Amino acid sequence: MAKVLFFGRLRDRAGLGEREVALSEVVALAVFRHLASAGDDDLEAALAAPSVRIAINATLAPSDAACSVWPSDEVAFMPPFSGG
Amino acid sequence: MRVEIVTKCFSPELELATFSRNSAVGAVASFTGYCRDEGGVVERLELEHYPGFTEAQIDHLAASVVARHSLIDALVIHRVGAIPAGEPIVLVAASSAHRAAALAAINELMDYLKSEAPIWKKEIGAHGDVWVEPTVRDYRAAACWRRVQEEESV
Repeated sequence: MAKVLFFGRLRDRAGLGEREVALSEVVALAVFRHLASAGDDDLEAALAAPSVRIAINATLAPSDAACSVWPSDEVAFMPPFSGG
Repeated sequence: MRVEIVTKCFSPELELATFSRNSAVGAVASFTGYCRDEGGVVERLELEHYPGFTEAQIDHLAASVVARHSLIDALVIHRVGAIPAGEPIVLVAASSAHRAAALAAINELMDYLKSEAPIWKKEIGAHGDVWVEPTVRDYRAAACWRRVQEEESV
């Protein structure tokens, strides 16, 4: 099981803060995004926006193309930060 | 250096009273950000963070500011959860031998917190719920410090 975390407006959009995704093998991030959206096309598009940053196991992912997700990973989808 | 995420109201005055007291310190600068009501429109802010990751990211940002300005000490306290108008959201403080370093450091820390700390802020009030996102100015300010850093490291 991989764990997905949604933050900020993506949490509102998904209607939940986290969800588990059944994975039996390593997948590319684009495939994982599809699985994480659970059939919600609008959510999948929102997760793919260039402004959304991704952390895998609490480490910022460098770029979309280079990322793979393993069955035990925790993947966070993060819209633009607004601290301070 | 101390970085803390808190879920309850804190007192900036009490925190500053015990911050960085030693005989090498010649200057302490601080900034406190409060939740404003925008003329009665905003009732409260709701801030969320990514436990563990948020602290680590702020820690990393603060450590780079401490090193760049040769600070003696730095403090970042950021509140998350529901924050009613009028209450403090964030406190940053820096101590150094001379004032220029401490003043520049708190400015830089705040610019980073605005656009590079994994915190999400929603305004709740008369206009409904609105997610706040960094402005172009916020991104430019953080990018500006990054450029200074790069130029200094060449």
